[in-house]
Amino acid sequence: MSPEMGPEMGAEMSAPVTTDSPAAAGGMLERARWAARAYARYDKASVDRVVAAVARAGAESATRYAEWAVREIGFGVAEHKARKNVACSTGLAEAYAGDDYVSPRADPSGKILSIPRPAGVVFALTPSTNPVATVYFKILLALMTRNAIVISPHPMAKECCADAARTLAEAAVAAGAPDGVIQVVEEPKLPLVEAMMASPLVDVVVATGGTPVVRAAYRSGNPALGVGPGNVPVLVDRTADLESAARLIVESKSFDNSILCTNESVLIAEDAIADRLVSLMRGAHLLSEAERDRVRDALFPGGTFDTRFVGKDATWIAERAGVRVPPGTTVLLAPIDAAVPEEPLAHEKLCPVLALLRVPSATSGIAAAKAVLRITGAGHSAAIHSTDPRTIMEYGAAVPVLRISVNSGNSLGSSGIHTNLPISMTIGTGYVGGSSAGGNLQPGDLVNWTRVAYHVDAPFGDFAGLDPWSPPDGPVPGYPEPSNARRPGLAVPVEASGPGGFGSGGSTAGSGAGAPQDALRDEIRRLILEELASLVRS
Amino acid sequence: MLDYGLFTFASKDEVLEKSSTYWNPGKTQFWIDSGVPLVIDRREGYFLYDVSGRRLIDVHLNGGTYNLGHRNPEVVAALKQAMDHFDIGNHHFPSLARTALAEALVATGPPGMSKVIYGSGGGEAIDIALKTARHATGKRKIVSIVKAYHGHTGLAVGTGDDRFAKLFLADRPEEFTHVPFNDLAAMESALRGRDVAAVIMETIPATYGFPLPRPGYLEGVKRLCETYDALYIADEVQTGLMRTGELWAITKHGIAPDILVTGKGISGGLYPIAAVLVSERCAGWLTEDGFAHMATFGGAELGCIAALKALEICNRPQTRSIVHHASDLFRRGLERIQADHPDWFTGIRQNGLVIGLEFNHPEGAKHVMRQLYQLGVWAIFSTLDPRVLQYKPGILIDPELAEEILDRTALAVARAAKEAQR
Repeated sequence: MSPEMGPEMGAEMSAPVTTDSPAAAGGMLERARWAARAYARYDKASVDRVVAAVARAGAESATRYAEWAVREIGFGVAEHKARKNVACSTGLAEAYAGDDYVSPRADPSGKILSIPRPAGVVFALTPSTNPVATVYFKILLALMTRNAIVISPHPMAKECCADAARTLAEAAVAAGAPDGVIQVVEEPKLPLVEAMMASPLVDVVVATGGTPVVRAAYRSGNPALGVGPGNVPVLVDRTADLESAARLIVESKSFDNSILCTNESVLIAEDAIADRLVSLMRGAHLLSEAERDRVRDALFPGGTFDTRFVGKDATWIAERAGVRVPPGTTVLLAPIDAAVPEEPLAHEKLCPVLALLRVPSATSGIAAAKAVLRITGAGHSAAIHSTDPRTIMEYGAAVPVLRISVNSGNSLGSSGIHTNLPISMTIGTGYVGGSSAGGNLQPGDLVNWTRVAYHVDAPFGDFAGLDPWSPPDGPVPGYPEPSNARRPGLAVPVEASGPGGFGSGGSTAGSGAGAPQDALRDEIRRLILEELASLVRS
Repeated sequence: MLDYGLFTFASKDEVLEKSSTYWNPGKTQFWIDSGVPLVIDRREGYFLYDVSGRRLIDVHLNGGTYNLGHRNPEVVAALKQAMDHFDIGNHHFPSLARTALAEALVATGPPGMSKVIYGSGGGEAIDIALKTARHATGKRKIVSIVKAYHGHTGLAVGTGDDRFAKLFLADRPEEFTHVPFNDLAAMESALRGRDVAAVIMETIPATYGFPLPRPGYLEGVKRLCETYDALYIADEVQTGLMRTGELWAITKHGIAPDILVTGKGISGGLYPIAAVLVSERCAGWLTEDGFAHMATFGGAELGCIAALKALEICNRPQTRSIVHHASDLFRRGLERIQADHPDWFTGIRQNGLVIGLEFNHPEGAKHVMRQLYQLGVWAIFSTLDPRVLQYKPGILIDPELAEEILDRTALAVARAAKEAQR
């Protein structure tokens, strides 16, 4: 998951309750249910069209929203956010292009037919750290699996997220998706969000955010996929390619000014190679003990993280801490003596300050990584730079995380952009991290399968060519024409102007060009039904 | 024991008995005889509960009064908050809530609406509309359709069916002309004398069983009004407030009325209020003599607050979307039911969520109403055409409830078919 600033989130979200907050959710969720109901019957080709169009719309706006997000939340790096936005739009669509969450699957040898059943209405909380990328990501996952989605953005990033969601919603509807399939909570106040999460109209809550948000999702009483915080240890042992490790760690640590939950937090280096590693880390400034203390005091006044430093760049932080650093510094390397809770720098930092811990051996490095995760971040991710399979296996078995990037920067490694893990902005922390989701959130998490199982001795049916789903026969829903203006069989509608007047132009498209074709289709359907009925009668 | 604090009854029977004694023996007995001995207790969302505890899904909604559900939590919250500050108000003075609502109504009304006049109920609002038309044109005659229904007050009752006027010696044929619906020739002959102040039309006549205006009919009426210098009054009491998928059904016809009347649903189902929107041409009397129509309760400020909230909810994109989705589902579902009973269930009159179900029996809708009641759905027959059942699902309905209503309707239609044959 992406780390959130607990206290800040709390402050923002405990704003005074306005009288209209909780119940105002009602209309949105009902609308989403209608959209979900309609969309759950779309066939694969129609779904593919929607997904492709939405992914394209996302990629086209990637830079605009990246810049907007940085402007609105005041931290992060626009260029890096743009890359994530592309990864979470067209990148995601390409990654899952070969997958099918729509068509039924027949398994003749197991005598089981599996029919996908979308979750329905997905209520998605998105974070301030990865605001637009997570909006893109969850929307595409929902669309791939024929769900309707309601986005509840982090209050700090609500404007860029709402606009992004609206852009994708328009693209979806233009590509034939049902009206209301993507919605966004414009004013995400805590009472409203809690009421929506707990609503019986929601089928699953997907929570990416701070621990309080995730806990609230689990408390809601609805099925929830929530994920816990990270605090990523990275171990570099004596067998590592140090040039590469040094470069990748600096790149990854400075990526988006280190506000991702997957950015490295504590660098654990074997003594034998530590000096050389540090010397190779171009762009990283090794703090002296005195400088380290000043940075620590600035970042953690009174022991608590000062959220003003979230996602700020290294030179800005150094300046605030009163430390002189060479130009071009992207990471501050802060030596620490032990990975213990009372060492603030061993906690998650959300800015390009990387703790450095020297250890005598790989084995003690593994112990140190466990210690880092004991503080926070269990279940999340870790990284290792090593060429020794024995150490890598031991690290994987001992360190309580559910994904480990090997010889890769972790920020793009654990999120599947530089590894073959599923591309994800929502990193499941599993049981060890207090979550029901243990993998990188992926489309399959938003769909169930109905198993149609034959008796082991019964002959299995031939389902070839059968598809319960169909393409929509026009805008969904169609414009509500009066019943006496619908004339099946007529090639041209009676009122050429369709709904006409000045009333329309809202959320639903008018009958427009689809109507004559629909009428024709209706008429053909009626004729076939009549024919069938007469066959049955005779 | 039915104990409500301020009052108690020993039983439902006692309520019915005293209702007959102290309130309205005719109505009380009618429902008992109709097999619908309903005394409503709890009400919530689209559900009503009889004092016996039995649940009914409400698809009557009192003509749209409960469009947003019974005791809609948002309207309740707005009213509760308002009651710490406001009351009915003083109808003589400029008021906060009346002004805010008037502005909101003009902003969301059809083009050309300029001012708002308030009434305490739909009937009074219709009277205001008719008086306004007479003042603006200097003419007295009003044209409405045969079997029209616009309320029971002094002038409104004259526009309607004789059943409600003659009993009280309130019919005034020399002032109120009734022409057949969907008959432009009849309309033209009524207007040709240029002595008509206004034509008043429900966009879909509700109490007459929602016969749909033929494509082009209302547009034709409006053109005739312009030709013969009569005003067009759109009675949108039942068809307005997003029921047809647009805030005002008349705009689906591209008609900018001279006067528009709203009531029922605008109250949010919680505080009675009605309103008349008028064009600048019609607004003259408000300047000439602003005290010319008065009502202590007209535009009561608490009502204005309920109305502001109701209007805002109705006008949300999500509400519109729900209505469009639900209209589609009901259309398909009702067509399926009809296909099973083509000789009995003879017509579906639908515009959005304004729906009339037509049965092949002079009192067909009463049978279906009774069977639906047995099956936990409350829908009422059309008073002026009991072949037709008024079927008005709520505009915030969710798909599961819509499907449940359709399932119950399928059963009730089949059972009523058998019952009516006996």
